Amino acid sequence: MSAPTQAPPAAVTAGGPPAPTTRVGRNRTAGAALGLLAWIVGILFVLPMLWMLLTSFHSEGDAATNPPSLAAPLTLDGYRDFFGVGGGASPWPALANSATASICSTVLVLLLAMPAAYALSIRPVKRWTDVLFFFLSTKMLPLVAGLLPIYLFAKNTGFLDNVWLLVILYTSMNLPIAVWMMQSFLAEVPVSLIEAAQIDGARLPTVLARVVAPVAGPGIAATALICFIFSWNEMLFARVLTGVVAQTSPVFLTGFITSQGLFLAKVCAASLVISLPVLAAGFAAQDKLVQGLSLGAVK
Amino acid sequence: MTTHTTTPPAPASGERRPAPPQKLRAWVTRAPLLPALVFLIIVTQLPMVATVVISLFDWNALYPQARSFDGFANYAEVLGDAELRKSVLTTIVLTVVVVLVSLVLGLLLALLLDRKFRGRAAVRTMLIAPFLLVPVAAALLWKHVLYNPEYGLINGVLNAVWSLFGGDAPQPDWVAEMPLAAVEVSLIWQWTPFMMLILLAGLQSRPPEMIEAARVDGAGTWHIFRYLTLPHLRRYLELGVLLGSIYIVQNFDAVFTITSGGLGTANLPYTIYQTFYQGHEYGLASAAGVLVVLGSLIIATFALRVVSSLFREEARS
Repeated sequence: MSAPTQAPPAAVTAGGPPAPTTRVGRNRTAGAALGLLAWIVGILFVLPMLWMLLTSFHSEGDAATNPPSLAAPLTLDGYRDFFGVGGGASPWPALANSATASICSTVLVLLLAMPAAYALSIRPVKRWTDVLFFFLSTKMLPLVAGLLPIYLFAKNTGFLDNVWLLVILYTSMNLPIAVWMMQSFLAEVPVSLIEAAQIDGARLPTVLARVVAPVAGPGIAATALICFIFSWNEMLFARVLTGVVAQTSPVFLTGFITSQGLFLAKVCAASLVISLPVLAAGFAAQDKLVQGLSLGAVK
Repeated sequence: MTTHTTTPPAPASGERRPAPPQKLRAWVTRAPLLPALVFLIIVTQLPMVATVVISLFDWNALYPQARSFDGFANYAEVLGDAELRKSVLTTIVLTVVVVLVSLVLGLLLALLLDRKFRGRAAVRTMLIAPFLLVPVAAALLWKHVLYNPEYGLINGVLNAVWSLFGGDAPQPDWVAEMPLAAVEVSLIWQWTPFMMLILLAGLQSRPPEMIEAARVDGAGTWHIFRYLTLPHLRRYLELGVLLGSIYIVQNFDAVFTITSGGLGTANLPYTIYQTFYQGHEYGLASAAGVLVVLGSLIIATFALRVVSSLFREEARS
């Protein structure tokens, strides 16, 4: 909040009052202090995760000491344990289920949301804002309220413990967000550009590929990453609707809730490995993250 | 797909053959919208209707024969049940505390990050990281790695610090002694980055000329914050509160993982899950679900209003 310290110092001497040097000096100190404070807070926030990373590389014995042992020797035992090398449940089926549910639902979301966003921005239907807000309103209803009928439906049709049921549900969960985000990205494509292409005789597929895609492409990619994150994270539906066959990674993690004995390194390794796709997708989509999370309301 | 047949009022009699080109064009414009719309209505709205219907039945899955229409008896039971009423209160406390604390922290962090300093991008990345942990993983991290009374990091650090002075450190059992606060802290840690991102976007959309002009006129840092920045941020603060509330009211993962709904931390989603999944009381669970929906509708109405005002503002600019 202090004066812009990045202002070139030359500008100050160019005819300012004789006092400014001290003021700029003070501001610069204050600026440096605030920068340092930001660093400290940032490190504090990320500290639990760094500790988790370190613990995941400790042996179970070193992970559970009090006071904590910082300099204990590093080992991959936690990861070996998690991947079931020495027996125990393998996480691979759960990881594969999560990947199927997240990737397939994201593809489905894109297939449904792209044409919808087109009809809400480039060639808008009448009362398109009402339609847009209808999409948003479905996102505001708590999912848990619809869980029981979906469970009963799945039970009676044999879809219980089937990953494709999750694909359908995650698609509906993310569709409103995707429509909102894409609408705002497609709206950035200048209409004049599209019209010019059409006058030149380009047909719709060409217009989409040559004019719309280059402008809206990064936004569409970010939308996909955010849908992927939400699907990957989801636990309540997955827990109720899946069992041994179709369980996803977060459900696999719930197995650690009541664990006894020495398992800290393993739980840290498991949490990190399972969070890795989300961390990667999140950092890749960092710049568009707010826009997605605020349903396109903030740019 | 049925909308096709119902919406257009029967075309003027006689002139059926040459389909009215205007109407046809309207449908061509609408066509790309329909798959998404129909899909969403079937998957999200139908279950809600079913929930309302089930909520009117006395239905325990363990006694399927005894299923009978019960009117609003389930609602009376939900509203009269002390435990369910308590979970309503827990939901409100949890949501208000988490949203407000992460909003204030998020605002402070956004103000820090709004300035240029060495390594700003790195600090921003560090701050976002907690939000990008799978929620169950984050809850496990707090429950086992940080809160554990014997070997958790918090008590470990307390011990290490106290031993420097040769004393005995207090070693509280965090989850057992302050269960709701334990859940809240873990959620605040995850949601502060979310608030920070929204508010940072708000700060960076301030017209810089305005601030410059105020500074030239001799306004101090506090005055600029109070009379220029804060009013500009109002919308973004509202948006953060409302979106945060929508997500936190629905929170299930943290409560389920850290306390398993015990020790007075069961919020509504957890209670509904328990009533239906463990208690098999389908009618009761649905009535509670309908009540949650009604509560969310109130928040959602405000949220939609804020979003639409931001939306219109953007359309103008």
